[in-house]
Amino acid sequence: MIKLTVNGEPREVDVAGDTPLLWVLRDSLGLTGTKYGCGMSLCGACTVHVDGAPTRACITPVESAAGKAVTTIEGVSPDRSHPVQRAWMEIDVPQCGYCQSGQIMSAIALLKQNPKPSDADIDAAMSGNICRCGTYPRIRKAIHRAAAIAAGLPRDTLSRATAFAQPAGTTGKEGG
Amino acid sequence: MATSRRGFIKSTATAASGLVIACYLPGCSKPEQAASNAGPPKLVKANAFLQIGTDGSITMFCDKSEMGQGVYTALPTLLAEELGVAPDVIKVEFAPPGNEYVNKMLGAQATGGSTSVREAWDKIRMAGAEARTRLIAAAADEWNAPPQSCTVADGYVLFTSRRKSFGELAEAAAALPPPQNVQLKGKNEFKYVGKTATRMDTPSKVDGSARFGIDVRLPNMLYAALAQPPELGASVRSFNADKAKTMPGVREVLQTSSGVAVVADSWWQAKQARDALEIQWNAGPAAKLSNASIYAGLKNAASGKGLEVRKQGDADAGWKANGRRVEATYELPMLAHATLEPQNCTVEFRDGACHLYVPTQVQQMAQAAAAKAAGLPPEQVLVHTTFLGGGFGRRLEVDFVPAAVECAKALDKPVKLLWTREDDTTHDKYRPPARNTLSGAFDSSGKLDTVKIHMVAPSITSRWAPGAVPQGTPDPFSVEAAHNFPYDVPNLYIDYLQHEVGLEVGYWRSVSHAINCFTIESFMDELAAEAQLDPVEFRRSLLGKEPRWLAVLDVAARKANWGSPPSGRHQGVALMSGYDTYLAQVAEISLEGNKLKVHRIVCAIDCGQMVNPGIVQAQAEGGIVFGLTAALFSEINVANGKVQEQNFDTYRLLRLNETPTIEVHLLNTDEKPGGMGEPTVALVAPAVCNAIYAATRKRLRRLPIVKHGFVV
Repeated sequence: MIKLTVNGEPREVDVAGDTPLLWVLRDSLGLTGTKYGCGMSLCGACTVHVDGAPTRACITPVESAAGKAVTTIEGVSPDRSHPVQRAWMEIDVPQCGYCQSGQIMSAIALLKQNPKPSDADIDAAMSGNICRCGTYPRIRKAIHRAAAIAAGLPRDTLSRATAFAQPAGTTGKEGG
Repeated sequence: MATSRRGFIKSTATAASGLVIACYLPGCSKPEQAASNAGPPKLVKANAFLQIGTDGSITMFCDKSEMGQGVYTALPTLLAEELGVAPDVIKVEFAPPGNEYVNKMLGAQATGGSTSVREAWDKIRMAGAEARTRLIAAAADEWNAPPQSCTVADGYVLFTSRRKSFGELAEAAAALPPPQNVQLKGKNEFKYVGKTATRMDTPSKVDGSARFGIDVRLPNMLYAALAQPPELGASVRSFNADKAKTMPGVREVLQTSSGVAVVADSWWQAKQARDALEIQWNAGPAAKLSNASIYAGLKNAASGKGLEVRKQGDADAGWKANGRRVEATYELPMLAHATLEPQNCTVEFRDGACHLYVPTQVQQMAQAAAAKAAGLPPEQVLVHTTFLGGGFGRRLEVDFVPAAVECAKALDKPVKLLWTREDDTTHDKYRPPARNTLSGAFDSSGKLDTVKIHMVAPSITSRWAPGAVPQGTPDPFSVEAAHNFPYDVPNLYIDYLQHEVGLEVGYWRSVSHAINCFTIESFMDELAAEAQLDPVEFRRSLLGKEPRWLAVLDVAARKANWGSPPSGRHQGVALMSGYDTYLAQVAEISLEGNKLKVHRIVCAIDCGQMVNPGIVQAQAEGGIVFGLTAALFSEINVANGKVQEQNFDTYRLLRLNETPTIEVHLLNTDEKPGGMGEPTVALVAPAVCNAIYAATRKRLRRLPIVKHGFVV
């Protein structure tokens, strides 16, 4: 049995210690927001935080996370209220959406270290996350926007209007 | 039909709620209304695309798959606009296989060809308008009011001070005869169409709750990994699973129609055991295939004559008569789709039916493939479409379906089969390789007199839809962006010669547009250089009869400050029309030695009327990134029948730090909607290569760009 804390909850899993954290999260714990893209730490789709540090879960043996705190996309906020999630929705970043959990986890880690990143800082922090749909221009914009939200700045007057009051498409959430 | 539909919805909801995206339990959505009724609400099917519950719930059966291009938002918006509700109250379910969901532009139930909005524009608005007409008629009957005096708003029919909800009217409306006089709204009456609004799938894609195929979880589900032949087309001769079977979690090792599968308690266990299999393969027909044989084959075939695509004047005579001539041959590599979600399929046999949970662009083809593998009639295969983690044409194929069905059948348990990234890269249906030869001749006054375009490539459609292309005519998906050559030239001859290269090729985002736009727009630059004219001016001088082409060219040139790039930078231009959309791009690059940097891409687009300009813009941006990846980096290489690229270290994809500034300018026109999922992809390579020519006088006639010694 390996014990770890996932999104604030103590969890025990009965798997081989060298099982990648990614598959423990997805298959053992049912946290499927964290994605498999490459299995070699090349695409960043599996990015989670281990004790606050951005970590590629696909190459991280679960035993190395034993006793540590793991945060996945599901643990970022209960209601999409994290500044990065808010910025992502405001800028309407996702297309297919598959890489976005990893993008968001990398962006959160960046902003924690550097609350007001420059374009060069964003380049350095986000170059490990591939988006095949090519949402990069919006990711860059959304990270700047998230920094502003987190800093409590007013809404950018150039931001796009949101005509739909209550976006739908929030299905698939267990119990939702 | 109505009964079986209701049965389907009920079984879906009961068995799979919380598992399949867009699956709602009837009555859950509007508790305040449901509470006032005794018993569960009735679900009344208005037509193939729309269901109204007596509780007022509105469900759309979306006949296109959501793979990032925005149909989950755009199609409900079209329906909502005519029905008289806000788009966000519509619950979206992906439509099951059915002839009523056949894409009229493609002749198959398929999401592709940048057809979704074009095909839906009239069809889905009509579905909404027809239902609205019926609801009004039902209310007018009850009130004894003139229907033309009734209006709709936010899910109600209104007349003077009276109002009745769509839910209250649904059953009466459905019982009425089909309405005769269904009116679509005029453009100036649109409330939602044409306005940027947040995508309806965005919230679920920022909190991890969006369900992709890979995320499907069923009770007692097992996981499968598949060993496929390392050599294309090889088959299993024998295998030794002794070691694999002793490994933890392994339930079964079985030979499937496409390799050897390991089924285990978790996917990681299945994958580990798969890697421990010892398999002997029988070589297939592609065992000796290599890059050398593929491109030599295309070259040898090129001496032949192809099928005529277009002819005006006498190009052979024009070619012979003129002394000032340019001829160039271009070659394009094979490409992988590299959807970030690897191919996968989950199957459960339940109550005599085979349930398929699958990210697919082709529901009926997936159904047929599963039916064959299961030994069931197609109607006993129920297809539940999930979100797609990228499509790009890869999921127009169903090669990952049969093995999943075979595993689930053999174990009589739900099984999720997932390919690894390496499986995915090495077992794709690749973008065809191609060889185009272009010839141009100027008359004695310096005017372009003759153009010949000779295209040689394998045909995708001859495999994908055998018999769909009439004998003696070219595969339309091989001649895109050539058949509509816009430049005014007296003598023009375009032909396409089908040459199969020994492996299966597939539709890859923008298909032959990316091949032919690269070659034609690069060659137009070669002709401009020969004529000693500015590339934009040269094109403009030949577009006098084409106002939509001219308009996008002018906007792109103006916005890019064509002719006056910042110091040290160089510009290149490309132009194209495809999917009823007109586009021009200007790329701006710099070179320090062999170090190439793409700084900026400006794109002007006339795609006619738009449902959601924000999504159009996003597709344009994403398509440019996709096209730049291919232009700079992408090539699939084959040696001894094996694909050499495996993962993203060898099949490189563009990253955020390599992404240029992208500026998209949408022209506001009243033309019919054009497709936007694909076209921007195709202009990037010629625009960037033309900029490289401007910087270096070096003409790149083979992609990718890094193959020529440039470093990115």
